[in-house]
Amino acid sequence: MAEIETVSIRVNGQHRRVPKGISIADLALELGLEPSRVAVEKNLEIVPRSTLGQVIVEDGDDFEIVTFVGGG
Amino acid sequence: MDDQWQVAGRSFTSRLIVGTGKYKSFEQNAAAVEASGAEIVTVAVRRVNISDPNQPMLMDFIDPKKITYLPNTAGCFNAEEAIRTLRLAREAGGWTLVKLEVLGEAKTLYPDMIETLRATEILAKEGFEPMVYCADDPIAAKRLEDLGAVAIMPLGAPIGSGLGLQNQVMIRIIVEQAGVPVLVDAGVGTASDAAVAMELGCDGVLMNTAIAEAKDPVTMARAMKLAVESGRLAYRAGRMGKRRYADPSSPLAGLI
Repeated sequence: MAEIETVSIRVNGQHRRVPKGISIADLALELGLEPSRVAVEKNLEIVPRSTLGQVIVEDGDDFEIVTFVGGG
Repeated sequence: MDDQWQVAGRSFTSRLIVGTGKYKSFEQNAAAVEASGAEIVTVAVRRVNISDPNQPMLMDFIDPKKITYLPNTAGCFNAEEAIRTLRLAREAGGWTLVKLEVLGEAKTLYPDMIETLRATEILAKEGFEPMVYCADDPIAAKRLEDLGAVAIMPLGAPIGSGLGLQNQVMIRIIVEQAGVPVLVDAGVGTASDAAVAMELGCDGVLMNTAIAEAKDPVTMARAMKLAVESGRLAYRAGRMGKRRYADPSSPLAGLI
């Protein structure tokens, strides 16, 4: 049985393996997040929300995924 | 009575901005916001919880379509961190109206004005409309305005201290010279403090802990709403002059 090819990435400081070829929107959904409620930084560059479905997750990518929380 | 205030081209009726931190629950937070009458709430930008993504989120309780979210940079200690945070906030919510705060050190949470001025300039050039937490320094306030701050927000006392306005003279000078709204941000402990800020001529007051840490936050939220309105009315009415001695209110003529 062929194994699914994966890539190694970091999300919010944590190491993860995800299937090769997925988009950032797919990654968010895989993490259980609603892509319309988060902002994503990839290797310190903001990824415009309109392109989350097109940008492919690459091996070694470092993601920060943030949202709004209570604060003063 | 029409008494709206404007910031960055937007009009608001409520002059009270409330934070969304330190509440016991989202339900209590939402009820306090409702009772406060606030039309703007501050929010923080943080990493999503990827280990438990199904936890409730602020947006489920306070609807950003009804209440203006004002993303802050709390916890940022230099211009770069603050700018990075607000760029993410803009992407997450599409908002350019933001609250900039660049802190100098953790014990006092006093603003680092050099970094704050630097960040304000960069943010304004990138199209942000920063409302800026700052020291009660009239010169720095003017500089902030020149660099593109859309509101000046001096502290009345350290963040979360509840000590009330320790610097009424400086706040009043900043109000007098400002060409943009001035809001006291931080230091309010109880309703009378909010009224004092408004009586000085501030356009508004921003608070979090005074409501969130009250024994009954929802009731305190209502108290703050009334205090801000009452302080504003007193300012508009124009207070009486002070005298050193008594002046009878009943006529002296016709005394028996």
